[in-house]
This record gives sequence, C-alpha cells and structure tokens, in this order.
Amino acid sequence: MTLLEVENLAVHFGGIKAVDGVSFGVDKGEIFTIIGPNGAGKSTIFNLVSRIYQPTSGRIRFEGKDITGLPAHRIAGLGIARTFQNIELFDMATVLDNMMLGRHAHRRTGPFAHLFFGPATRAEELAHRRKIEEVIDFLDLQHYRDQMIANLPYGVRKVVELGRALCTEPKILLLDEPSSGLNVEETEDMSFWISDIKNILGITVIMVEHDMNLVNEVSDRVLALNYGRVIATGTPAEVQAHPEVIRAYLGGDDTETEAA
Amino acid sequence: MRFLFKTDYAQDTRLFPFGGTKRFWSGLALYAAILAALAHYAPVALTSTHWLGLAIVYAVAFGAVLLRQNADGEGGHAAFWYGLLGVAALSAPFVLDLYFLSQITFVYVYAIAGVGLILLLGMCGQISLGHAAFMACGAYTAALLQAQGFDLLVTLPAAILLSALLGVVIGLPALRMTGIYLAFATYAFAFIVEEVLARWDGLTGGNMGFVLSDPSILGYTFDSEQKMYYLAMVLFALTLLAGLNIRRSSTGRAFMAIRDSETAAEAMGVNLAVYKTTAFAISAGMAGLAGAVYAHLLFFISPEGFTILLSINLLVLAVIGGLASMHGAIFGAAFIVVLPQLISLTKDSLPPVVGQLPGLESGIFGLVIILFVILEPMGLHGRWMKIKTYFQLFPLYKRGTFRRQKSYMVSEKNR
Repeated sequence: MTLLEVENLAVHFGGIKAVDGVSFGVDKGEIFTIIGPNGAGKSTIFNLVSRIYQPTSGRIRFEGKDITGLPAHRIAGLGIARTFQNIELFDMATVLDNMMLGRHAHRRTGPFAHLFFGPATRAEELAHRRKIEEVIDFLDLQHYRDQMIANLPYGVRKVVELGRALCTEPKILLLDEPSSGLNVEETEDMSFWISDIKNILGITVIMVEHDMNLVNEVSDRVLALNYGRVIATGTPAEVQAHPEVIRAYLGGDDTETEAA
Repeated sequence: MRFLFKTDYAQDTRLFPFGGTKRFWSGLALYAAILAALAHYAPVALTSTHWLGLAIVYAVAFGAVLLRQNADGEGGHAAFWYGLLGVAALSAPFVLDLYFLSQITFVYVYAIAGVGLILLLGMCGQISLGHAAFMACGAYTAALLQAQGFDLLVTLPAAILLSALLGVVIGLPALRMTGIYLAFATYAFAFIVEEVLARWDGLTGGNMGFVLSDPSILGYTFDSEQKMYYLAMVLFALTLLAGLNIRRSSTGRAFMAIRDSETAAEAMGVNLAVYKTTAFAISAGMAGLAGAVYAHLLFFISPEGFTILLSINLLVLAVIGGLASMHGAIFGAAFIVVLPQLISLTKDSLPPVVGQLPGLESGIFGLVIILFVILEPMGLHGRWMKIKTYFQLFPLYKRGTFRRQKSYMVSEKNR
C-alpha cells in the first residue's frame, strides 16, 4: 500500500530548478532512502513534503489525501515527523521539554485551560509524560532527561532529535542525514535504531543519507537523485550499479557515454 | 537516582517538586516564632480578628507545605521556603511602616507586568516596547468603569480582557517581524496609544488626567495602604501562578519552541501565528492587570504616566531580573523600585555638579543595563542561582559551571 505519493514535484528558486519533476511512492513499512550528490535536491524534497517550501508544481499525497496545500504546522498531526540535517532542537529547553513538544500535535487542552492547570491539563500532561518515557526507554536517553540541549554533545542531540520525532507517533518518519556528524559507533547505533523503528514500532522511514554502509544495511529501496531529477530507483545494489549513478558520483567522460 | 530510574511522573508537572518531612518541625517552630514576633513588635494592636485571620493563613501556608511532602522526605524543599516567604509577605503590613509598605506594593504591581513581559520576551522570544500602552489600557479601562460605578470584580477582568485584545492586535505584526523591527512596530503602537489618550479628552480627561476613588469588591472598600498591599499581593501571586502554569504546560513549551527554532516548532505542529498572538495576548493581559492596580494605587492617571520610559523600565525589569525564570520578575521589580530611591537618597550627598545633573537617573539605569548584559546576561535570578549552586557544591564549585559551550553551527535555517 502506498503511504506517501509524490507526483511530478518541482520547485524553482529563481532560475534554479532545485527539484525538477520528481515522482516516487513510498510503501507502508519500508525504509526508503534518497541518495545523490550535494545539491541534488534531497533535503529540498524533505522540505517540500514537510510543507516548509511551496512547490512550483506537482502533488504530494499522504494516505491518499492531497497535502500539497496544507500549512506546515498541520503536517505533524497527520503523522509525518521529521528530523533536520543540522539538528533543529530547542536549545534552551531540557530533553524532556523537547520531547514533550513532540506531543504538541496530540494536545487536547488550550492556552486558556493552561492558565489554570486544572485536572484535565494535569491528566493530559501525565499521559504525555508516560508516552515520552517509552521513547526515552527505546532510545536509552535515561541519563539526559533533565539536561539542557545546549549542554549536550552532538551525538546525543542527534538521538534526542530522533526521539522528539518519535514522540509525535508518526506513521512516516523523514530522517535528514541521520548519520551526519556521528562517529562509527554512533552510526552503527543509529542503523540499529532505524531498523528497530521499522520492525518494532512499524513506522515507515524515508531518509536522506550519504553513508553507503548505512544505506545498504537498512534500506529496502533507494532512489538516486541528480540535479533535481530521478536517475535511478531500486534495491541498494541495483542503484549502486546503475551507470548514471556512478557517473553522477564519480563523473564520467561525456564523449564516452555518448558513444556508448 | 532520577537519572537512571523512572520516577513519579507527577513530579515533572508539579509546581513545587518536593516538600520535606525533616522541615516539618523546624517549619512549625519558625512560623510560631514569626507569629510571636508579630505580636510583640507590631505597630498596630492586633485584635482577635487579626489573630483569627493570621492563624487561618498560617494554617493554609503550612498545609501547602505538608501536602507537597515527598514520601521519603528527600530532595529540595521549595514549598517550605515559599511558605515562609508567603508568611513573611503576609506579615509585612503588621511590621513595616506605610512608606515601605507602599513601596513593596509597587514592587508587586511592576512584578505583575514583569511576569507578562518575561513570558513574552524570555519564553516566546518576542520583544515589545509597547507594554506601557497595555498598562495604560488596563489603567484607563479600570478608571472609566469605576467611574460608572462598577467594582473590582468587573473592572479588573475588563481591564485584562481589553488589554489582551489590544495585545492580539499588536501581536499581528509579530507574525511577520522579528527583533528590532518588532521593537519599532510595538514602539510606534505605544506612541499612538499615548497620543490617543492625550487627545481624546472627552473620554480620558486628556492631559488633565483622571482621578480614581478607592476600589471596592462587593461593598468591601480597599481604603488603606495595608488593604491595597494585600490586594496587589494576591493579584501578583495569581499572576505568577498563571505564568508558571503556562510554563509547565504545552502552551509554554510551544512558546519556547518558537523562541529557539521556528522551523522545528512548525514541524512539531505549533501554529506560529496562533501561539505568537496568544503570547502577546497573555502578556498584554497581565500588563493590563498591572495597569489597573497601578491606577488604583496612584489615584490619578494621565498619559504622562504611560510613556516609552515606562516600557523601557519594564524591559529593564525583565532583563535585570532574568529572562530565564518567572522569579526574575520580582527581583527586577524590586530593582526598578529601589534604584530610583537609592539615587535620590545619595543625590544630596553627592557634589552638586553630579547630583543636580538632569537625566542622572536614566543615565544610571542605562549604565546598569549595559553592565548586566555584559556581566550577567541571566539577570539577578541567574546570579542567585549561581550563589545557590556555589554553596550547594561548596568545595567543588568550578568557575566554568555556568559557562555555556558554543552552540554548534546551524548553517541552513529554513526561514
């Protein structure tokens, strides 16, 4: 079953066609990876799906529903969560506060009720608190609950950001370069977590990733992008062997390919 | 142990995390001592009604401490100290002379507005140079309604609501502007409000001002300094409680999210427009309440009382008190009430060339802000936290404890 469907998506910034007619579908329960050289438009696709950018043309459908016109703040409530390439955590708040913000889309009480913090608000807070404790357990973040993000090392922040996305109880998780800036061990942990997210939590994952070991280990399908266009789709092995992909990464002699 | 094991989740939502059984008896003794001291030193003779009232109040304060006790009596004892502070605050009118009492009343009033500004600036990251206008709105609403014969039960909610509504209107530019531009927009608005108050003399009395009478609730008139003190104190306590409630609920977290990263806030489902406007509304409502009480304290309001200087004073309050915590409001308010007094006290002993300088007060205020921003960006509250930590860790305190590491580069901001 196709969970997320992108159709002919394009966005132009002035004269630059960052994404130029990209179509793909992501099935429920798979790990779908987007690869491509720098500037290929990978993160731009994420920003389009999470509605931060406005597409020039094309459609995005989630569970069969057109979400192209929705404002960015409605996306989390639908069940699409994301992380950012450069970590966008709330630096001057604690890990608990950050993860509780992941529960924002699930709140039932409003600001007026919060002024009084009545029984309904309290019950809701406690329910959310229990929920995020599950994520804290899942990602082994017990040591950091009350720490301020600004005081945490980079690797931990990366995990907290993943945790915050999980707290929204997403159906689909967009991971923008989950291993960037992590050392070998941390990358390995990340790959286990990504598999667990799919296998244990049953969440569909779309990720942008450069580390090919990680891509091979966890991905079910890979899409390769260059200059905003799809150049190959398939299993990790198929895509890596694809001549266009090799040319995009390593460069190639134009005359030779023309001759071929 | 909290680091390793799951603990009682309720403690994360509690206002006062722990009580303490060990403090029970010492607390009882302290409260009794305060009562005894009151009986001995009170400048007014305490009647049996006083005693009954005090006894009830002390019982409530003490009950609050008991209710907050942790099962094993470990940990902090915030509730105990708050109880003690509350008792001291309640006893003040029996001990202090009228001058000091009225000064503390002003501290409460400024602190009410300060809580609002800290909520807006410190929590949500939106600056406002227009808070004098919100206070003016509250003050004039209360004054005009009182002139129509309404009591505080009508005038205060009306002052809050109308100011909050005005806050929503002013919050609208905040949706598109940040930083210095927002400061200018709110400043312009404050200027307009001041002008309107001065020109619309049919309603406001213009520059001649507007005279108020003693406020009352259901026939009970607040006709003495002591009664006004209690009124301001209760309203401040309620405001602080509301502010702390916001802080520990999803609204407060949404505010912090907007302050730290608008992109991520949106990705988490925070509607920026709604929450920025809400922050302005709550903040303006609190300023309006402060304005209403302010008007009743002064008995006379005029547009000159609500100029840009008041807005700047409130900003000074927030910055010097400390933006990181609601408690900063009371520190900051005490500061802006005490500093002018100190200046005027020392004025006479200074050489006339310095003492008679025009603008001496604003000059010193400016200097103090600059020094605070450079030396103690976390404000008086931050200084207090550092002193506290120093004693808690005593031989182990390191100078770098509170130094923040440089945050990592964020190269791509999607805004």
